[in-house]
Amino acid sequence: MTHEFDFDAVLASFDRLLQGALLTVELSAAAIVLGLAVGVLGAFAKTSGGVTVRALVSAYVEIIRNTPFLVQLYLIFFGLPALGVKLGANEAALLAMTVNLGAYATEILRAGVEAIPKTQIEAGTALGLSPLQIFRYVILVPALETVYPALTSQFTLIMLASSVVGTISANELSSMASLIDSETFRSFETYLVVTPIYIALAFMFRGVFLLVSRAIFRRRRRLQGVFGFGGAR
Amino acid sequence: MPVVALENVTKSFGALTVLDGVSLAVEPGQVVAVIGRSGSGKSTMLRCINGLEQIQSGRIEVAGHVLENNKTALRELRQDVGMVFQSYNLFPHLTVEENITLAPRVVKKEPLAEAKATARNVLEQVGLSEKIDAYPEQLSGGQQQRVAIARSLAMHPKVMLFDEVTSALDPELTEEVLRVMEGLAKAGMTMMLVTHEMGFARRVAHVTVFMHKGKVWESGPSERIFSDPQTPELRQFLASGLK
Amino acid sequence: MIRSFGWNEFLILLRATEWTILLSLISFAGGGALGFVVALARTAQHKTLRWIAVAYIELMQATPVLMVLFLVFYGLGLFGFDIPPLIAASIALIVYCAAFLGDIWRGCIEAIPKQQWEASEALAFSRWQQLRYVVLPQAAKISLPPTVGFLVQVVKTTSIASIIGMVELTQAGRFVNNATFQPIKVFSAVALIYFVLCYPLSLWAQALERKMNAGRRA
Repeated sequence: MTHEFDFDAVLASFDRLLQGALLTVELSAAAIVLGLAVGVLGAFAKTSGGVTVRALVSAYVEIIRNTPFLVQLYLIFFGLPALGVKLGANEAALLAMTVNLGAYATEILRAGVEAIPKTQIEAGTALGLSPLQIFRYVILVPALETVYPALTSQFTLIMLASSVVGTISANELSSMASLIDSETFRSFETYLVVTPIYIALAFMFRGVFLLVSRAIFRRRRRLQGVFGFGGAR
Repeated sequence: MPVVALENVTKSFGALTVLDGVSLAVEPGQVVAVIGRSGSGKSTMLRCINGLEQIQSGRIEVAGHVLENNKTALRELRQDVGMVFQSYNLFPHLTVEENITLAPRVVKKEPLAEAKATARNVLEQVGLSEKIDAYPEQLSGGQQQRVAIARSLAMHPKVMLFDEVTSALDPELTEEVLRVMEGLAKAGMTMMLVTHEMGFARRVAHVTVFMHKGKVWESGPSERIFSDPQTPELRQFLASGLK
Repeated sequence: MIRSFGWNEFLILLRATEWTILLSLISFAGGGALGFVVALARTAQHKTLRWIAVAYIELMQATPVLMVLFLVFYGLGLFGFDIPPLIAASIALIVYCAAFLGDIWRGCIEAIPKQQWEASEALAFSRWQQLRYVVLPQAAKISLPPTVGFLVQVVKTTSIASIIGMVELTQAGRFVNNATFQPIKVFSAVALIYFVLCYPLSLWAQALERKMNAGRRA
């Protein structure tokens, strides 16, 4: 049996796919900002908090990291309305992405914070800084620099993971794909068009993160240049 | 007929010429020490002899094999050439016995019993019979280096190459390794050694080769090289090296 | 009639978990076998082979696993194969996991010092003998923690098979939810079962990692 490939119907809806892709980018960007905020708070709580706080943060991190994103999405999308919280598919997607990314960001940043030499913290304490001030001014930026590669690859992963949001019919790329699939009955062609869009987004994300790192970590690169171990490597 | 013969060998890394027309012959049973500053090309020359580095021109013949860029021929040649490195390079996941028997079994397809008998022999030669079941990490640097020598000996090489084998060792550990090498020399093994141990070179090596700027700058009987250097470069090198 | 979420419903979830475990094992075993080939190709001397492996790894890591699953599921459908979701999911996850395991194991192979290659080369080993007897045994040891860690990803990733209709744990959760309308209870139970599967693996991976770091320092 041969299949007549027909991309016309799919390509006719290409602008809707692009709109979906745009929303995927927006959702991911929002999730990155919010997830990073959760991660910073989580890492601070995990490294400076009391026993109970640390245990709660650990529980959050481990529960999220050891369950599928899809189940987290269902729990939020189907569960919250049952508690009387009304939310649309897009909001549910954003919330799930934030909760998921927040846990990974917490764990990654915690590792970064713990990699900071103890002497730095002692120096901060000796200068009379409070734990929060030490975290903010002494630890946070070097920790972010250390874990930047791990953190940003997690950002790309959450964008890719958002492709399961199509199951709850939001408006982002995978949901648009699912809609077009059901209109045209051209499933294979639809996903053959959508997949490269995701790949392009992933490479775009990586490119942006690279540029961002060049911009914000310039000071460090200059220092490395001075000491001669930056350079082409 | 020499065991090792280099004729007009050149080797460069990009624009940097490391060996610049090196010719050299090592006769059976001869011990040849190669001395010179770092960067003079002495280690590279040794590494070219068993094909760890490729040469650009010239000819190298080792134990009847002409060195060529052919994997099978290269493996044939390497079976006759033992090499010991500065950093020992024992296989950390294997015991001393397994380190020694691996190549004979895998490369030469020797039966296990034969390989084990050889292992006991060569371990005795380097004075480490009691360490047969130890792992490398349980041994001192000097002991590891002696095991590395034994590992090479187990292949019954026709020539042994030693690449600064004591440079990473403390003086007392250096001594035990040098003693093993002297024993090998006395037993008639053909050896080439790149070394900074001038006293050892003078006492044990029949011939000493001084390399400078990628060339064999001066060579001759060790006694003469050390007592009566002909070139100003060698004189300067010996004056700086002998403290 | 609306049922409520009780022991019987939990049993339905547990029974579906068998399929989650089965799909995980297939994906890991198949992905491991293919991933081993990818890792060898990625570290091969042959340039073309290396480039193919790079392209494969890079593309897979930039593609949502669900898209891989859809392309396999609908793609094979085009050729008239009416394939069961388990088969489609197995193929997709094998192809997907192979890229990640291949990349993890490439790192392990490259972590072996080049002196180990040289020492065995000087002992007249062929390239394959070097790999087989010297490099891979050492690489295998350091690959254990990240490999066990990836197993957690595999188990979680199998949940997407629900989207093409395979009745594994997540899909069973949707069915039970449709019958009971108790999403919080149902999906919490589903999450709990995943957690029970994954958390011990995570702990194991962490323990292996700690052990390895301690060994390195000693």
